[in-house]
Order: sequence, then C-alpha cells, then structure tokens
Amino acid sequence: MLAKLARKAFKRSLWIYHCNAGACNGCDIEILNVLTPYYDVERFGMRLVASPRHADVMLISGAVTRPTLPLVRRAWEAMPSPKLVFAVGSCAVGGGSWFDTYHVTGGADKVVPVNYYIPGCPPRPEAIVYGVALALGLVEKQAAPVELKQMEFPIEMYERNEAWENRHVIYQLLED
Amino acid sequence: MWLVGKLRELFWGWRPGVVTLRYPLEPRPTPTGFRGRPKWDHHKCVGCGGCADHCSARAILVRDLCQELRVLLYDGSRCTYCGRCADLCPEKAITMTQRFEEATNDRVDLTERVELYMMTCRRCGRCFDLEITNALDRLSLRGYRYDNLEYRAVIPMATPSLSVDLLRRTERYQRPESLEIRGLSQEEDWGR
Repeated sequence: MLAKLARKAFKRSLWIYHCNAGACNGCDIEILNVLTPYYDVERFGMRLVASPRHADVMLISGAVTRPTLPLVRRAWEAMPSPKLVFAVGSCAVGGGSWFDTYHVTGGADKVVPVNYYIPGCPPRPEAIVYGVALALGLVEKQAAPVELKQMEFPIEMYERNEAWENRHVIYQLLED
Repeated sequence: MWLVGKLRELFWGWRPGVVTLRYPLEPRPTPTGFRGRPKWDHHKCVGCGGCADHCSARAILVRDLCQELRVLLYDGSRCTYCGRCADLCPEKAITMTQRFEEATNDRVDLTERVELYMMTCRRCGRCFDLEITNALDRLSLRGYRYDNLEYRAVIPMATPSLSVDLLRRTERYQRPESLEIRGLSQEEDWGR
C-alpha cells in the first residue's frame, strides 16, 4: 500500500548524478545553474545526489577522455536500473571540437548508451531544463532532421553514389 | 531574539516574491545576439565550402556526389555554435537562429543536409551555382560556358541519367542563352 502510494507520488522524481568526464566546467556551471531557485528543477522532483548508487539519471558533461573512461563506465554500472543517461553539451553529445583526437573517446555514446542529447556549448540553462522536461514528457520534441534541396534528382543516382559514400567513410574512429 | 532574526529573514524572503521561471510551461525569449542552431538558406548558398573549411568542430562536411550535385552535411551533434560559418559565408546563406530547444533522443535530429545543384564550368571543369546573383554566374551567361567544345570530353560527366525534363520542371532553372544561339540540342548537351 505504502509502496504503491510512494510509487505514485514519486513517479517522476529523478535523482541526478552529475558526472564530469573531462569537461571544461562550462556545462557543469550551467548544470548547477539549473538547480538554483531561478531555474528551479527541484520543482520537478530532481535532486543532485553524490553517489551513482542513489541515482536514476546520469548527466555526462564533457567528451569522455581516456583517463575518465573506465570511471564513467564504472559509475554507469553502479547505477541501479532502470537508468537514464543524459549527454549535456557538445562534447558529450558528439565529441565537440575533440571528436577525433587521440585522448578522447568522442562522445558519451561511445562509452555508455545515451538516452537524451542536449547540444550546446554550453547549453543554456533553459535548454537543460527543456531536455529534462522532454524526458519527463512535459514538452514536445522540437528538433528534427532538416533536408534542403535545390533540385530533385533521379533516385538511382543516389543509390549509385551511396556505394561511393560507403567506400570513402571519413572520420570513422578506429575500433580496437 | 532568535524570533526577530527569523522574522527578518522571512521579511527579506517575502519581498522579492517568486523569482522562479515557469520556463518549460511558458516560452522564454533569448537574449539578443544569442547563437542557436545555424540555418542554411539553400537558395542563397553557392556551395563554396568556406563554412566547412573554417568549422572548428568540423561539423560541416562537403561531399560532391557527382559533378552536378554537392551535398553539405551538417552534424549538429558536435557543433559548438561559434557562429563562424555565418560570419564568413560570402552569400550570407547561413544565419544563426535563436533556437536552443534542441534536446532530443536521437542524434539524427540534429543533422542538416543541403543538396546543391552545381552548374559545371566547361572551361575549368569546376562547379559553381546557377544563381544569377553572383558575379561568376553573370560571367557564365555571357558565353563563357561552352566556348571550348573540345574540352568537354575531358570533364567526366557523372550523371548520364540526368534528364532535361527534371531541369525544366525545376522552377529556378534557367537555360543559358548561349545554347540556343549556337543551336546545340539539349540531349547532346546533357547526355555526354
């Protein structure tokens, strides 16, 4: 009975573990900014917790660097499931300017499965609130892939050139 | 004495009222000069690739699928929104919009793909846009395009299946005047 009530009352209260995986602290400042009374995410029931064992959500900021890679992996494994992973900032989403350098994994999704991406360098506090509200289902998703064409071409040309595209893949990271 | 302190605290806390934004429930305007997701105007773009050259995160990639088709791929997942592409675009085809609500559960949502139709210069074998707004194209309309007929065999023609009807149906397409003057048939011109 009590468990059912608690499950209903705390259905959408996410406890957040903030994981800095080699960020420049820009995104971390914005994440802390989100928790201030001005952009209050605690009204959605979110709390920053110190340990990944208490957390439902992991916020990863920063391109995952080589020293932090096993630690991020361990923190993710320590979280009880079901768990969500948010990538905050351009570095965590796609690697940022360091997506192909030698000491960087190139994005949080190369290390752990990422559920939500919040791009921006750093993202506005509103953008983080928006991403969190998107996960809660409060707002609709607005981003969509854009495709612009100056002219319509025959389809078979795309098929022929797709083979060329696959032969010449650039910026593919080496897998060990 | 402690009560006075608490009351004073209450008074100071009461005075400013509620400061918390109701953000996700009501829109929040961006400050002026805010750089959000870049937007391409594909009618203005000439496909010079300067944005791809200067992108610090290499978020913009330019591929030439064939002689006529150049594709600009924008991978917004690693874009740092520095606005450099918008600064140096010679045709001002890129604008930094005010959009910041880009959170998504799929990275594909952040990409942008611009397909540009490139007219080929028969003299140098390189491409430029068909728009009449730039100086290069004004040159091309005055007989600069097909004046060396021998050289046309050297340039690879990547799209034999490109039919003239497609071009004719495209609203922005304009046939160069020089072709009609010299009496070349269209099939001969495009089929090679």
